[in-house]
Amino acid sequence: MISTTFLAVFGIAVLAYFTSHRRAVMIGGDRPAQLHSRPGQHGLLSAMWVLIVGWSVLVLGITLWAAIENASLTGLIQDRAPELNAIERELVLSDARSIASGGIASSTGELRSEVAAAVRSKESVRVWTTIVLALVLSVLAGWNIFRQVNTAFRARNRAERLTTWVLMAAAAVAVATTTGIVLSLISETVGFFSVLDWRIDKFLFGTNWTPLSGVHVGVLDPDRVGALPLFAGTLLITLIAMLVAVPVGLFAAIYLSDFAGPGLRAFAKPMLEILAGIPTVVYGFFAAITVAPWLRRFGEVTGLDIASESALAAGIVMGIMIIPFISSLSDDVINAVPQSLRDGSYGLGATKAETMRQVVLPAALPGIVSAVLLGISRAVGETMIVVMAAGQGANLTANPLEAVTTVTVQIVMLITGDTEATVAAGPAFSLGFTLFCMTLGMNIIAQRVVKKYREQYD
Amino acid sequence: MDDLAMMERTVANTAVETDTKSPKISARDVQVYYGDNHAIKDVNVDIQDHTVTAFIGPSGCGKSTFLRCINRMNDTIDVARMEGTILIDGHDIYARDVDPVQLRARVGMVFQKPNPFPKSIYDNVAYGPRIHGLARNKAELDEIVEKSLRRGAIWDEVKDRLHAPGTGLSGGQQQRLCIARAVATEPEILLMDEPCSALDPIATELIENLISELRRNFAVIIVTHSMQQAARVSQKTAYFHLGNLVEYDDTDKIFTNPQDPRTENYITGRIG
Ligand SMILES: Nc1ncnc2c1ncn2[C@@H]1O[C@H](COP(=O)(O)OP(=O)(O)O)[C@@H](O)[C@H]1O
Ligand SMILES: [Mg+2]
Repeated sequence: MISTTFLAVFGIAVLAYFTSHRRAVMIGGDRPAQLHSRPGQHGLLSAMWVLIVGWSVLVLGITLWAAIENASLTGLIQDRAPELNAIERELVLSDARSIASGGIASSTGELRSEVAAAVRSKESVRVWTTIVLALVLSVLAGWNIFRQVNTAFRARNRAERLTTWVLMAAAAVAVATTTGIVLSLISETVGFFSVLDWRIDKFLFGTNWTPLSGVHVGVLDPDRVGALPLFAGTLLITLIAMLVAVPVGLFAAIYLSDFAGPGLRAFAKPMLEILAGIPTVVYGFFAAITVAPWLRRFGEVTGLDIASESALAAGIVMGIMIIPFISSLSDDVINAVPQSLRDGSYGLGATKAETMRQVVLPAALPGIVSAVLLGISRAVGETMIVVMAAGQGANLTANPLEAVTTVTVQIVMLITGDTEATVAAGPAFSLGFTLFCMTLGMNIIAQRVVKKYREQYD
Repeated sequence: MDDLAMMERTVANTAVETDTKSPKISARDVQVYYGDNHAIKDVNVDIQDHTVTAFIGPSGCGKSTFLRCINRMNDTIDVARMEGTILIDGHDIYARDVDPVQLRARVGMVFQKPNPFPKSIYDNVAYGPRIHGLARNKAELDEIVEKSLRRGAIWDEVKDRLHAPGTGLSGGQQQRLCIARAVATEPEILLMDEPCSALDPIATELIENLISELRRNFAVIIVTHSMQQAARVSQKTAYFHLGNLVEYDDTDKIFTNPQDPRTENYITGRIG
């Protein structure tokens, strides 16, 4: 019902466009230049107003009504069954809603049927008021512009200003969601640490990571939330990944930008971009199913003890994933070094390799450093590959042949595990926040470096 | 003052002497193609040592292209193809056994836009000598750098900040630094492709004076858009037109009594 109304408002907008347009054309008569704004702009302005008014009424109506109704229904449940706690009340309410809409509820009963009846009885009122209000107000909004269409009416300027507001609203939504996510990360993290008596040191430097082992008896033990093995694992895998990605990616970029012929470049660059387009989950099972067993067999042959899930397998595959990232960014910065510098160097009798090593690379270095930093922040946040190939045990080791676990893997396990999400959220959010700080820091440094680099040549 | 007068005289003397000697550079039937574009057609020219030779002509007539043939910079352009012979001191620089990289150390080049490397002033000048191993130790390198900067007429301005970045200098200073950098590999020939076109009049005058000085040690070829500049700094002038070398003679003669109507039109401002 409501979704059809969204469409109906759109229809009204189209109508408003054409009526205002037509009216402007008629007023313009055979001297359209006397109109301050062109007919299309009159039409656009009225259509925009219809859409803005209609759709906001719908969205606001739904959310407001939902809030009011929730409060009254919760009140009703509390009346009938005062012994229920908050979570149980939620459950009853969601069951009642399912019953009301003809779906399947987890259990039925008198209370639920009664609440369902209340839901149903209020629903029609709620929906219909919203719909009628939205339609009436949007028609009024369209009429309001239509009525003003005139040679002197500045529809063009007003449409412009309105557009600015719409754009601003979009920007505000983007900023607000980001801020909201960060704030919720911070508040959950603060909540978690307040339960732990602010033993942040235990979190950062403790080595025993079994955060949920005491949860069923209602305690979080600071001694069991030592995330150091997770950080160490993340670091180890990132290090292996960068050892693979930086040399290969950088050399590939150098070769493609200055040494390869145009034909090879035209072929190889898209290939690298395809590599960048492979979903990480594919890399993940490639690591788990191909690389890890291969490494283990290699270990058996050479007498090395390589675990079936190892930091090495995950790191290598993650490195492969990051290669196109590093190579395409480095390629960009190497290409951005002006040709005149290369000419200057060739003109002095330097070879291509000397020119690359002594002029081009030093000039491109800041950009390359920032490419590497961005690559690291990719590696630190990467999840799928490590979930599949690195292991789960929080094992503090620097040996790349053993299984390790990373921050991201543990977040996945906390959230997808059997423990209720609300309880597991504390440690998960804290890990997430730490991760966020790490990648944010790296991105900021990378951006700074890039900016400095830009200033050098502009 | 006396010193200067002496120098002038020696310069004049060598110039007169070399006129009778064999040419420093001689080009025979040079053709250059960029893909299908025939950019240089049948160019024959003998260029003297210790002389400033100016290449003039409307833009796109192939001055830069011909200039780049002399240090084989066209080799770095994929589509460019060259035919004919160019001899330096009687040796074919396009012969099989000639390494273009070594050739370019002997034939220095200065570009239109100053292009100092993003390194210190010292490292800019030391770049060529280091690559070619011209200095056995730090002291020798210091010496080369100082000598080159003096020849580039910029020593006094930078001697207190040799380790400041070369990109921090003014445009005119950067161009003189690039000249010093080119001179540092002890070339025999110096090619300059519109070295003043990005500079203001004062910087231009400094560079022009410098070019007149450089002739003492090098054969200098300068591409220029400014006929006044050609008249001021050069002894010989070559006029290019649509890829052909139309006229080549003493600068005085080209400007006062051109033989070819195309040269005359250009000089009097009817082409270009
Ligand atoms: N790198 C290049 N690739 C293809 N064509 C070129 C290139 N450089 C110059 N040309 C062509 O060669 C001709 C001569 O150019 P150029 O030597 O730069 O002239 P000038 O220096 O006298 O202005 C022009 O037609 C130009 O388009
Ligand atoms: Mg040119």
